[in-house]
Amino acid sequence: MSRIGEVFEQCRAANRAALVPYVTAGDPRPGDTVDLMHAMVAAGADVIELGMPFSDPIADGPVIQKAHERALKHSVGVHDVLDMVREFRREDGDTPVVLMGYLNPIEYMGVDVFASGAADAGVDGVLVVDAPPEESADLHRAIESRGMDSIFLVSPTTSDERIGIIGRVCAGYVYYVSVKGVTGASGTDWGAVAERVDNLRRLVDLPVGVGFGIGTPEDAASVGRFADAAIVGSAVIRLIEAHGDDREAMLKAIRDLLAGMRRAMDAG
Amino acid sequence: MATATDRVRLPDENGHFGIFGGRFIPETLMGPVEELREAYEKYLADPAFLAELDADLADYVGRPSPIYHATNLSEKVGGAQIYFKREDLNHTGAHKVNNAIGQALLAKRMGKTRIIAETGAGQHGVATATVAARLGLECVVYMGAEDVERQKANVFRMRLLGARVVPVESGSRTLKDALNEAMRDWVTHIDDTFYIIGTVAGPHPYPAMVRDFQSVIGRESRRQMLDKTGRLPDALVACVGGGSNAIGLFHPFLDDEQVALYGVEAGGDGVETGRHSAPLSAGRPGVLHGNRTYIMEDARGQIIGTHSISAGLDYPGVGPEHSWLKDSGRAHYVAVNDDQAVRAFHEVTLTEGIMPALETAHALSYAMTLAGEMEREQSILVNFSGRGDKDMETVAKMEGWEL
Repeated sequence: MSRIGEVFEQCRAANRAALVPYVTAGDPRPGDTVDLMHAMVAAGADVIELGMPFSDPIADGPVIQKAHERALKHSVGVHDVLDMVREFRREDGDTPVVLMGYLNPIEYMGVDVFASGAADAGVDGVLVVDAPPEESADLHRAIESRGMDSIFLVSPTTSDERIGIIGRVCAGYVYYVSVKGVTGASGTDWGAVAERVDNLRRLVDLPVGVGFGIGTPEDAASVGRFADAAIVGSAVIRLIEAHGDDREAMLKAIRDLLAGMRRAMDAG
Repeated sequence: MATATDRVRLPDENGHFGIFGGRFIPETLMGPVEELREAYEKYLADPAFLAELDADLADYVGRPSPIYHATNLSEKVGGAQIYFKREDLNHTGAHKVNNAIGQALLAKRMGKTRIIAETGAGQHGVATATVAARLGLECVVYMGAEDVERQKANVFRMRLLGARVVPVESGSRTLKDALNEAMRDWVTHIDDTFYIIGTVAGPHPYPAMVRDFQSVIGRESRRQMLDKTGRLPDALVACVGGGSNAIGLFHPFLDDEQVALYGVEAGGDGVETGRHSAPLSAGRPGVLHGNRTYIMEDARGQIIGTHSISAGLDYPGVGPEHSWLKDSGRAHYVAVNDDQAVRAFHEVTLTEGIMPALETAHALSYAMTLAGEMEREQSILVNFSGRGDKDMETVAKMEGWEL
């Protein structure tokens, strides 16, 4: 079983949902990413999603777009992201790391070179936002053959038939996009999302993580009641944006946010 | 290699032209583009829809656009006879309206009440705003903040037509970023919104659908050249940014192997300087805006900023069918630099009294070069894709004039 599978087993045994924060590698500075990852684990993160910067992140709202732009100012590429994971792994052998990004930089490197490098660095899962199953057979094989999980998105517009197609290739967890929209949404109707997640569970036998629009401890607690994981992206990035120049304040604000979410989720 | 018949039938059912095209999009868009494909295939076989489209193309756009024999220019060059397909005479001044009308009628049939579009030079934005005004649809146009500055007159035209123009401040603040932002809008307003993409890019079915709406150019041209000259032209020349006017002209000629096809990219300061917009000439295959195609990228696979004097060609990708036509050898792609395009702009304006858009001037420049290498009995048809009014400010600035 993959490290991701083990974490979800443990969470299920403890009757708790996983907390999965996201940061873009290299934001605000390349030297901050590994420390941010450790800080998030210390505050209660069960899995870390690490964004690979891209010049044209079409699925992302303004907050994460700016994170990509800040990282690209430092010319952070896929190689650099893998180096960061390798460094993180020196001190943390347990917390799963999922890379999240867009296809072109991966293809530029070559899908096999990427998959070997990622597995070697200690990556556990890969989610490529603009590579649906129909277009990513090679990438999927490369990831799977190195023992990593291919993670795919399911959205409110995904038909049951497509959920079936996705379920055949997806591993680790399914990422349910809670809104029709981009990352960083707000005011989500969690009751409606819960119904969709129930439907998803009937069709796919994998843990379900819910993301897009979880901004507060209350949101995280709501999602934790019906999903296996709450995925938090823009809310973390907003704190990086606000405190980017003051490293200690930034780390503290993110620790406080995640610890607050963890407490709210544990309280039910 | 695919046979000629295969070539015309592409893309395949998954939207692939060989290795190019496809659907590289976030999951939220997969359902909506499939819904769009179904509607497009249904209505393109629906006589009532086609009759409405034809009537609009005739009475609202002014089609068929004429073919003009540029005798002065041909004489001056002293080689092949040069003909213009006069898309500049269309309502709104360019070929863009052919596609905007087609997609807007489709939007209406699909029950969508809100139209969004991206625009670079503003021609597609103006065409879309025009059609939306007529059909009573809400219209939002995304435009790179830098282009909003460069193309003030077109921004004003769109506003007069009732459209909301949203300047896009992210990334390089040009056409590619406007496309990103339009995609984000679409994902967020899937239920009531139709995204009218202005070129043959984007996820399947856009490259095929936009081509089909623009192919009226090539269908008319084929018939008109036969009527006028008794034979097909020896070569077709069109400028290529995303490539919609070029594919519209080329497609009905793909099986006419004796007709050579030339697409002209924007060489900017020169392909060798890196400051250009010529992915087919100097890029490599990658994935951008929902399809696999030739793109311009850096050594980390990031999409890079482009340069061209013409905002309409200032795009780091190109329609996937052009990538396929390049690799299969059916079409040839060349680059014309800013200064060559501006020279052609002046030359055609002075010899023929027709002022081309700077995009079109790229095609004209190459057509003149090519004509010089051909015999007087041969002929070249250039897609005169748009008129130059929108470029007055750019040209005046180069001449040191204040307007």
